[in-house]
Amino acid sequence: MEFSLVEIKPGQTGVISDIRGGSALKTKLNQLGLREGKRIKKISSVFNRGPVTISVDNYQVAVGYGKAIRIMVEVDELEKASPGRES
Amino acid sequence: MRKLVLAGNPNVGKSVVFSQLTGSKVMISNYAGTTVEFTKGLLTTESESFEVLDAPGTYSLEPTSKVEEVASTLVDQADIVINVVDATNLERNLFLTTELLERDVPLIVALNMIDEAGHKGVKIDVKKLEELLGVPVIPTVAVSGEGLKELIDYLPEAVNRKNKPLNIPDRWAYIGELVGKVQEVVHRHHSWLETLQDASLRPSTGLPIAALVLFIAFQLVIGLGEFLHEFMEDYIFEGFYETLLLYLSEALGSGGFLHDILIGQLVDGAIDFEESLGVLTTGVFVELGVVLPFLAVFYMVLGFLEDSGYLPRLAVMVDRSMHRLGLHGYSIIPMVLGFGCNVPAALAARNLESRRERFIACTLMSVAIPCMAQLALIVGLVGRHGFEYLAVVFASLFFIWVVLGLIIDRVMPGYTPSMIIEIPPYRIPSIKAQAKKLGMRIRGFLVHATPYILGGILVVNILYTLGIIHFLGVLFAPAVQGLLGLPGDAVSTLLIGFLRKDVAVAMMIPLGLDARQLVIGAVVLAAYFPCAATFTVLVKEMGVVDMAKSAVIMIVTAFSAGFILNLLLDTLIPAAYLAAALIALSLILPMVLGSTSDRRELSDLDETA
Repeated sequence: MEFSLVEIKPGQTGVISDIRGGSALKTKLNQLGLREGKRIKKISSVFNRGPVTISVDNYQVAVGYGKAIRIMVEVDELEKASPGRES
Repeated sequence: MRKLVLAGNPNVGKSVVFSQLTGSKVMISNYAGTTVEFTKGLLTTESESFEVLDAPGTYSLEPTSKVEEVASTLVDQADIVINVVDATNLERNLFLTTELLERDVPLIVALNMIDEAGHKGVKIDVKKLEELLGVPVIPTVAVSGEGLKELIDYLPEAVNRKNKPLNIPDRWAYIGELVGKVQEVVHRHHSWLETLQDASLRPSTGLPIAALVLFIAFQLVIGLGEFLHEFMEDYIFEGFYETLLLYLSEALGSGGFLHDILIGQLVDGAIDFEESLGVLTTGVFVELGVVLPFLAVFYMVLGFLEDSGYLPRLAVMVDRSMHRLGLHGYSIIPMVLGFGCNVPAALAARNLESRRERFIACTLMSVAIPCMAQLALIVGLVGRHGFEYLAVVFASLFFIWVVLGLIIDRVMPGYTPSMIIEIPPYRIPSIKAQAKKLGMRIRGFLVHATPYILGGILVVNILYTLGIIHFLGVLFAPAVQGLLGLPGDAVSTLLIGFLRKDVAVAMMIPLGLDARQLVIGAVVLAAYFPCAATFTVLVKEMGVVDMAKSAVIMIVTAFSAGFILNLLLDTLIPAAYLAAALIALSLILPMVLGSTSDRRELSDLDETA
């Protein structure tokens, strides 16, 4: 199942499956190394539409809410992936 | 002379390499976007001399911000490019490397932070990487200088590959294959720094940490600053320096034009460092006795925050709130820098993507963030009348910052895109690097501020002697008195405020104002217009048109705020209550009003999706 970065819980891991935005967003994310097929782990999210922090390889990126809801992730363990909106 | 350009992702240590190669002093921190403009230096090797240019960090040569454009342009002008690569994040860094390999310029790679990569369990086969890229790859640890000699030795071997350009998916595929061949990652456990790293990003622990960090920073600056200030005043100014000046005063005949300029007016036959208003008395005292102690402590604290890597985490914590003001979290960095001096803060605003954000950030910063020089005087002057009056000054400025942000965000078309920033790892700041940076900043202050402060005092003296201040005082008395409740002569402070804010605040001392007048004066002075140095930079950054708009906002805001304070403070509401009410309102208003800017972004992204 696909969930957005906002929906998955901190600690969950997965693979970016889709970036649902225009080419500007895709390019920007791409330059930072965030692209389809990339393995990520969610670190945290700030409540009330705050940014989501993820770790990719050896670095961490904070993504604002408006962008985070457009990054879809294929979550690793399906049984644990009960999506909660916020942490 | 050939041009050598340092290019690389943000926060990979380009500036460290630069300062090691050239011996030049540059600002170095642990967050993306410290360098916003290029810095030049000179490197002389056995065979030739190079002009070295330190470019701001960029993830790609297709720029997405003003700062990244600078980097891209510099690469075009380069004769040799040193690509500084963060060895802990090889894959992402190679995106820029492969782009550079397509340019018509010889390239050499500095594989930096190779030690940190080792600690993180990343093993890189350097020989193989070199083979596959077809350019020299030199492992370096720039902070300790390791590998830099080799880097210099290999400069003549830099290779111009001029590869065939790839599209983005093919580029990543190529990089993926390459990394697979040269890199091995061993899994290891979290270090305590990494645990703390995650804790400061989770709201449940991150918000208390943010509050604690800001509280400690504030306490340190005010407490330790005050201690150092008193030490300077008691032991240096009122001891040795005063005696010296009294000799000079006598030698000048205790009066006359030169005496008035240098020493100023003697108060009861003695020098009053606050009121004498001479260049050597009040001028030197304001600069070294009041501003310097606070500024030094502020920069010490700021240096630690910058180098530890905390600031981007603070940006994450405040992102939500900043969105309501039409900004996103990363704009907290120019705001924090603004407390030191508004000039570097205005420059740091370049890291923000859109013109809208830069306008809002620069305007809010110059209206509501008083620089440390000004704050030091405000703390000294207003604080004497009790902490509640000081609290009113801070609360008013905070209120202005919030309300102005809410208004501009609603009125100005467009939206502020949500942030996307890299969060650097925590690093323990090295004492040596901290001391060097503090030294640079203090020297910068002494060099840049001295002419303004001493010149400001000189101008004041001349204006007083010529009677211009009294003339303007009478002329503007109805406005200043009616609107702000200040004596007509207070015009002199506003006049000097264009030049230098700390001197302007000091100018209120001889006016004999009471607590409420001091509060009004301090708030108006902070908000009404930037000082000359900041103004020059703002015009350059925002352009004349935006600066003019911003200036109108500043003037209207400052005088409305002064007028309202004049109506309310101590007449209707006691200081302590007013401060509490303003802070409460500043916190509640954004929550009630919500943000229009986000909604605009969500709908805009939907359209382009």
